[in-house]
Amino acid sequence: MLLIACPYCGNRPETEFRCGGQAHIARPEQPGALDDQNWSEYLFVRKNPRGVHAERWNHAHGCGRWFNALRDTVTDRFIETYPMGERPRSEQGGATAPAATSDIQSEARA
Amino acid sequence: MAQPFRLSRGGRIDRSRPIVFEFNGRPIHGYQGDTVASALIANGIHLVGRSFKYHRPRGILSHGPDEPSALLSVDRGPGRVDPNNRASVVEARAGLRTKSQNHWPSLEYDIGAVNDLLSPVFVAGFYYKTFMWPRKFWDRVYEPFIRAAAGLGKAPTQADPDRYANRHAHCDVLIVGAGPTGLAAALAAARTGKRVIIADEGPEPGGALLHDPKAEIDGRLASEWLAETLADLDARENVILLPRTTVFGYYNHNHVAMAERVTDHLPSAAGQAPRERLWQVRAGEVVLAGGAHERPLVFADNDRPGILLAESVRVFLNRYGVAPGNRLVVATSGASAYQVALDAKSAGLDVTLVDLRLETDCGPEVTRLRQAGVEVLTGHTVVGSKGRTRVSGLIVAPVESNGRCGARRVIACDCVGMSGGWTPAVHLFSQSRGKLRYDDGLDAFVPGTSAQAERSAGAAKGTYDLAACLNEGFAAGAAASGSSETHSFGASATLTGFQPVRVMPTDADPKKVRAFVDYQNDVTAKDIKLAVREGFQSIEHVKRYTTTGMATDQGKTSNMNALGIVAGQLDKALPAVGTTTFRPPYTPVTFGALVGPARHALFDPIRTTPIHGWAESHGATFENVALWRRAWYFPKAGEDLHAAVARECKAVREGVGIFDASTLGKIEVVGPDAAEFMNRMYVNPWAKLANGRCRYGLMLKEDGYILDDGVVARVSDECFHVTTTTGGAARVLGHMEDYLQTEWPDLQVFLTSTTEQWAVIALQGPKARNVIEPLVDGIDLSPDAFPHMAMRTGTICGVPTRLFRVSFTGELGFEINVPTDHALAVWEAIYAAGQPHGITPYGTETMHVLRAEKGYIIVGQETDGTVTPDDVGLAGMIAKTKVDFVGKRSLARPDVVATTGRKQLIGLMTEDPKLVLDEGAQIVADPNQPIPMRMLGHVTSSYWSPNCDRSIALALVADGRALMGKTLHITTPDGFTRATVSEPVFFDTKGERVNA
Amino acid sequence: MRRFSLTSLLSESMRGHTGWGRQWRAPEPKPRYDVVIVGGGGHGLATAYYLATVHGITNVAVLEKGWIGGGNTGRNTTIIRSNYLYDESAALYEHALKLWEGLSQELNYNVMFSQRGVLMLAHNIHDVQSFKRHVYANRLNGIDNEWLSKEECKEFCPPIDISSHLRYPVLGGALQRRAGTARHDAVAWGYARGADARGVDIIQNCEVTGIRRDASGTAIGVETNRGYIGAGRIGVVAAGHTSTVMNMAGVSMPLESYPLQALVSEPVKPIFPCVVMSNAVHAYISQSDKGELVIGAGTDQYTSYSQQGGLHITTHTLDAICEVFPQFTRMRMLRSWGGIVDVTPDRSPIIGKTPVQNLFVNCGWGTGGFKATPGSGHVFAHTLATGTPHAINAPFSLDRFRTGRLIDEAAAAAVAH
Repeated sequence: MLLIACPYCGNRPETEFRCGGQAHIARPEQPGALDDQNWSEYLFVRKNPRGVHAERWNHAHGCGRWFNALRDTVTDRFIETYPMGERPRSEQGGATAPAATSDIQSEARA
Repeated sequence: MAQPFRLSRGGRIDRSRPIVFEFNGRPIHGYQGDTVASALIANGIHLVGRSFKYHRPRGILSHGPDEPSALLSVDRGPGRVDPNNRASVVEARAGLRTKSQNHWPSLEYDIGAVNDLLSPVFVAGFYYKTFMWPRKFWDRVYEPFIRAAAGLGKAPTQADPDRYANRHAHCDVLIVGAGPTGLAAALAAARTGKRVIIADEGPEPGGALLHDPKAEIDGRLASEWLAETLADLDARENVILLPRTTVFGYYNHNHVAMAERVTDHLPSAAGQAPRERLWQVRAGEVVLAGGAHERPLVFADNDRPGILLAESVRVFLNRYGVAPGNRLVVATSGASAYQVALDAKSAGLDVTLVDLRLETDCGPEVTRLRQAGVEVLTGHTVVGSKGRTRVSGLIVAPVESNGRCGARRVIACDCVGMSGGWTPAVHLFSQSRGKLRYDDGLDAFVPGTSAQAERSAGAAKGTYDLAACLNEGFAAGAAASGSSETHSFGASATLTGFQPVRVMPTDADPKKVRAFVDYQNDVTAKDIKLAVREGFQSIEHVKRYTTTGMATDQGKTSNMNALGIVAGQLDKALPAVGTTTFRPPYTPVTFGALVGPARHALFDPIRTTPIHGWAESHGATFENVALWRRAWYFPKAGEDLHAAVARECKAVREGVGIFDASTLGKIEVVGPDAAEFMNRMYVNPWAKLANGRCRYGLMLKEDGYILDDGVVARVSDECFHVTTTTGGAARVLGHMEDYLQTEWPDLQVFLTSTTEQWAVIALQGPKARNVIEPLVDGIDLSPDAFPHMAMRTGTICGVPTRLFRVSFTGELGFEINVPTDHALAVWEAIYAAGQPHGITPYGTETMHVLRAEKGYIIVGQETDGTVTPDDVGLAGMIAKTKVDFVGKRSLARPDVVATTGRKQLIGLMTEDPKLVLDEGAQIVADPNQPIPMRMLGHVTSSYWSPNCDRSIALALVADGRALMGKTLHITTPDGFTRATVSEPVFFDTKGERVNA
Repeated sequence: MRRFSLTSLLSESMRGHTGWGRQWRAPEPKPRYDVVIVGGGGHGLATAYYLATVHGITNVAVLEKGWIGGGNTGRNTTIIRSNYLYDESAALYEHALKLWEGLSQELNYNVMFSQRGVLMLAHNIHDVQSFKRHVYANRLNGIDNEWLSKEECKEFCPPIDISSHLRYPVLGGALQRRAGTARHDAVAWGYARGADARGVDIIQNCEVTGIRRDASGTAIGVETNRGYIGAGRIGVVAAGHTSTVMNMAGVSMPLESYPLQALVSEPVKPIFPCVVMSNAVHAYISQSDKGELVIGAGTDQYTSYSQQGGLHITTHTLDAICEVFPQFTRMRMLRSWGGIVDVTPDRSPIIGKTPVQNLFVNCGWGTGGFKATPGSGHVFAHTLATGTPHAINAPFSLDRFRTGRLIDEAAAAAVAH
């Protein structure tokens, strides 16, 4: 069972959380403007990387807040957790996981 | 004579407390402190089981959890019988009834032993090569035969009277193993004030010190040091010492699982205490000090009862005060077994030692042993053993310089202690995903790179000298506590070092030698070589093909020998063959411990409404809906479901019924942007919904399929009272929160679950208004002032209410939301006020029938996650002017806009009005078409409708709306029946009654 | 190929089994193959076998980065059934089940396919409706599946507790009698031996590190830790690692990989006559030929390549097992392990073409791929041999996520209520 650092509550066991899958996939501003291919990619295509993965978690049985995390999917080690709408610290010149940065899309939101 | 092999003195057993238990029906005498194994040995019993495949006689190999052979069924009383207990671990106590397993008719005369004669056929993987003809024989003959032969003990068949507990704990330092290493670690960690848990699988902490009475630590006897250390730890409030507690699993992020055996060793089932307790510990740091396992020697017939691991001989002698025999041969390739011989000699046994190593490769231990008067044969191999149900001789031969064996010699004996060296117990380290490293000098895999916050110390990392273990343990405990303190222990020297050996050199025909590697699964060195010859070269393949290492001991004694044999056969270095990954559990753990108290109501919580007690006392039958327990129907005397529902259905349409709808999910959507948020979440338009009005809301997932539905009331400009399905409440709130927090954080909206705050009393039927009129204040109930799909606030029975005029029955109806605390009082008041009107309580079944009569869908019944609003005739709900809402884009997908082929909600009227279709029945146009048939759809809801006096059904049918009036064929349990397609509404088709 | 039979076994036992050769060779990779299959699990090996036997294409390599059958093939709970709801799924799994029924003889390798029946328990009214929907649909598709009352469930599988005090009492069940279990490792080995005998190269410890494409974007070969291997066509059958391999060709997949756990008890004498599945309480249990109770747990909630899940998943599964089989609390968990399952948005597999010419994929089997092994290999071999899908796998295209023609068995079991 993972130990997850909720940015608002601190370390809590995984059973308090719900994983929300890949992070930083912003909902299109105008879904109607997307063709079927692009819409299906938004809905269904996922990076599913081996290694550092940006993903969403919800502290469902705690504060109820959503937040983002960088986790290595090979070791299951968390590199960091950070609030929604923010970018990972390691992307901003942090020492850890430089590989992560190229792996993350650059939408400003979500 | 009782206990003929009990030594006259020594051991840590309590000779003042004799006990008697049973083995195969005969009384066994022992003492408090014995294991079943030590007591059996004290009574001269070595034959305790039959092996898995060949039914060979087997004895006790080990003194600990690595025991592969001595597996017994243990009976602790009615319902407390379980198989496959390791005799070396089960603590002896009065009243135990133990039995050997896997033989017929008896342990001594086992018909299954005929397999041993067929062993030339029953080699590794033989079953993959045969049992294929004739084909039908597999299921009927071969497989039942194999299954009957396989398996060890018998599974329990009765319910277990014991209970199991579960405990979660946190600590700074968790120490695995309370041998000298672990205790030294605990001393160091305890001093720092950190919270320490130290767990040991044995009943008594001390580990190897318990069978090393002559050892000295810091100038005093080890037993004194042990007592002082335990007293020291015991006095500290920051230390929890758990005996009988096996650390069995090392999971992510230092989540460590331990099984504590609480009562099995106690004479009675011990009242209120649980049998076992699962500890789930989240540790800051872990110190792994779980020791090492001794390797057997692989030689012909190395499995006879009386052949033990050498160190186990020493444990039985020193810790339990029993002699595994009178004439002992110690066979070894290393130094530690010399201590066994010394101790046995001083206990009065007749001892010979055979050492594979050349004299020149040995240390001073040889001289020491000879000085003690023991014959030592260095440079000798073991080529076989004699005896049947007990070893009677060991066949040894010198290994000449050319590698050949010299003249054989049989050493008569009744006991053999063998040692092929040591394997550090790296199981937990490996479970933690640390990388193992092969150490040539130790001939073993040892902990390499850590993956989690842990460190190994002592024998668990290949350190065998007592002083070194203590020092290493202390340093590890200190480091784990953030301290750099060290301590230099003085201790008596330990005999260490061994020469690796895979299979003992032999002069015998290799085809005939059966030298066991995995005792329990009857895997021989020959089997492993065969597997390699057949191309199974990864150790994982060898394991799976031969089953070596797959038995209940999970290869603790066999893995290194197997690995070595594979490496030798492939002529590769051992690490190139790899090691198998260790998985939890370290030793088998009862399902009971893992389950703990999570049974029945604690398996999943039961949610009940404030009306639950009333419903119970009024005879309701209940059904499970999600976590809720809901009143299903209210039978009167003599009524079955059918009769009760028929009565309830009539009562609602003709008079008034009362229904507990409290389980509906409720969410308060509040804030300046509440309407905008609702617009984005639901298909419907919300901006223009007037305060005090309701709308049926339909919510989609982003893929365009229906997620949930429910009536929504606008309480004020900035407040919506949203209802959801009973099962969907949490899902819908989660769905809303997800979008609100992650997609539209700019919207000023707050979401609050109010499911538990509002109880909902549904009052339905033409007389509903009459019933509540006298009870309601502050609300004009007249139809004009309070029309259908409106919501008003006021009081009922003096209690604040949000009163909805809504209907899920098609009748005039109210859903009375009141604070949960007052719900029962209001319910009772309404029920009393309704008596003159014949008020009838009804349950979920009637609710289902009434809504089906009206064609109202239930999400999850008419929809199944592949259904769009248009499919169920609700396209009209979709706001035409909204640019976007969740799911809108998917409604433009090719499959959704397809003009034909979508399954649409329709009604079905069976030609036989008495016949009620099965829900889930499939629908075809032509029942005479060949299989596979083209199915048009299925029946989603089907009931006997008392109000229509016939059966009714709803169905999803491909292009169903174009089939009105057509006849379709519906499956029945024994064929097909005919039904006519109709509009999906069967009662009050114009929908006038709700406006009454 | 040395034929396996009682005669050959007996004759070998006379001479210490020294005459058995390798069940498959360990060849060095050739520079080029007509077809390269990435992934030496059951599906990949079956594909190679049917390429050779059905289509006569034998210049084939199966590249396995570890040891064959070491992924989900060797880690699953071996449940085999075909009573799926939708026509497309039913056709696929029934195709597989029919092949299972003759597989030991076909391969001359006893895969121990045991038609002991799979019983799915219904614990609420919704289950009852859903299972009957399956039973009826299966009947019209020619697939055996029958509804049992709870008493009939008890009769078929005596260990089941059908008393009403359970948290979710058993209301009945759907039984497919032709369903059952098989020996998972033997499936991989049997296909490997059969394919090898017909000339297929099975290359273990060979990890694909890249997919080479020509100027037109067509896939022409794979880079591996043992050098470049050219390929006429490439079939990726890499289960949990499919996303990683497909990314090498620039193809993003609608897949996520999750840890899936399973466990076995200590072996006991026969006690459990069939397979029981209980979706409502998430429990799957059978007894192996060796006597172990084999229990499948659920997936963890996060993606991971660690083959290790949380203890709470295991304990929750055992909670469910002991709720339905309370007498098993004194049984012991002997071994637990994890696999990596690749899951698609509709929980159905993807078998077919990809946007890259000559690159094909067979993936997304989620938690239930083992049962499909022969059928999956058979139709994928057809796809690779002819360049177009077999009628049975045509609906399982990658393209369905664009067109919306999803095959959502999980949704059909509808969780909402």
